Amino acid sequence: MITTRDLGRRFGARIAVRDVTLSLDAGDCLALFGPNGAGKSTLLRMLAGLLRPTDGIGTVAGVALPGGAELRAAIGYISHASMLYGALSARENVELAAKLFGVGDPRAQSRLALERMALSTRADTPVRLLSRGMQQRVSIARATVHDPRVVLLDEPFTGLDDSGSAALASHLAALRDSGRTMVLVTHQIAEGLALATHAAIMRDGAVVRLEAGETIDPSTYLMVYREHVTHGA
Amino acid sequence: MAPNVLSAALLIARKDLAIEYRTRTAFFSAAVFALLGIVIFYFAWDPTAVSAMDLAPGVLWAIFTFSGLLGLQRSFGIEQADRAIDALLGAPIARESIYLGKAIANLVFVAAVQVIAIPAVELFYGVPLLEHAGMLAFIALLAAIGLVAVGTLFSAMAVNTKLAEMLLPVLSLPFFVPIVIPAAQATARLLSGRPESEIVGWLKLLIAFDIVFVAACTLAFPFTIEE
Repeated sequence: MITTRDLGRRFGARIAVRDVTLSLDAGDCLALFGPNGAGKSTLLRMLAGLLRPTDGIGTVAGVALPGGAELRAAIGYISHASMLYGALSARENVELAAKLFGVGDPRAQSRLALERMALSTRADTPVRLLSRGMQQRVSIARATVHDPRVVLLDEPFTGLDDSGSAALASHLAALRDSGRTMVLVTHQIAEGLALATHAAIMRDGAVVRLEAGETIDPSTYLMVYREHVTHGA
Repeated sequence: MAPNVLSAALLIARKDLAIEYRTRTAFFSAAVFALLGIVIFYFAWDPTAVSAMDLAPGVLWAIFTFSGLLGLQRSFGIEQADRAIDALLGAPIARESIYLGKAIANLVFVAAVQVIAIPAVELFYGVPLLEHAGMLAFIALLAAIGLVAVGTLFSAMAVNTKLAEMLLPVLSLPFFVPIVIPAAQATARLLSGRPESEIVGWLKLLIAFDIVFVAACTLAFPFTIEE
């Protein structure tokens, strides 16, 4: 579903991402960790078709990067910014996305997407009046209303309290279990590993550690992460 | 199936207008600015030195230009607030439809300001603007298309900079000149009852600039939003 080989991105002389090689199948969830400025968000934006790679190659949902409308149609992108319009209601935001993605019966589908996020009772509330946690749920409804095969999440836990994080984690687990391929950029090691089938650490634009499945040991991963980030192991 | 360029543009325009209708921040700012500008010009005006017929077209177009900038400033500003622009860019629609949608919404915005400003100019300066309502609306529409075409593009370019509020007028105003001059000239000739043949030349110039600006800006837009 997602494959990259030596994928990279430069901004002028600065290398933001370099030599990233990945392979994820349907139902896989890659948790991507790393300090600020490691290149995680840049990598995610390249996979989302929002940023053109300058080096290497990659395919997402069978479409070669940087892709076009076909690639974007297969992706749901969620970031720490809500990407919503505060003056519009939750329903209007999700319905706009449904229409832009060409979803059949956008009204019904957006209602269903909001129901899945337990937001039916607040569907007509302007987004600016919703709590941060609710906004994030609307954001997930917006990003998944078109039933994307790949879901890309950029620090979705930012700004959420414990209960909000737990609720979000449960929504994301349901998404993963429904067979979607996910890439999750986060600083929350425990939350990330709870969802992950794969885990990677990025530093200075490169993936310095990548492991899958049973080789991930949540009990020692924080120590491993610190070693890689602090000492450059 | 994702919507075509025009359908997506209309969806985006409708969304922008819905947001403006609910918040009304840019429209009220622009309308108040337009009315204040008209009043200030009026009190600075010496009717014994300059006739109303000579002054009014200049006032009208100076007001349209600067009040329009207030709306253009906000056009991409609303997309930046919570990075909503990423949701638009992530949709499987042509980049051009984002530009066209914004431009359509801005056109409605500028037209709404004109609807307030034109009667106000007639009221203060006593010029028969509404007598020529049809032709004046046509000139205003042609000019608004040119102003909005350029302004929307520069709004997209300026919004990611720290000096967006200063940069937009600096970038836009030189490109507004070839639109405002024929619009003001055509308006002046219309008000002073000159023959139609004198107006047609200026209208042709306006149409030519509109075609060039709309085509060039639509094609340039996808490059302005590339990171």
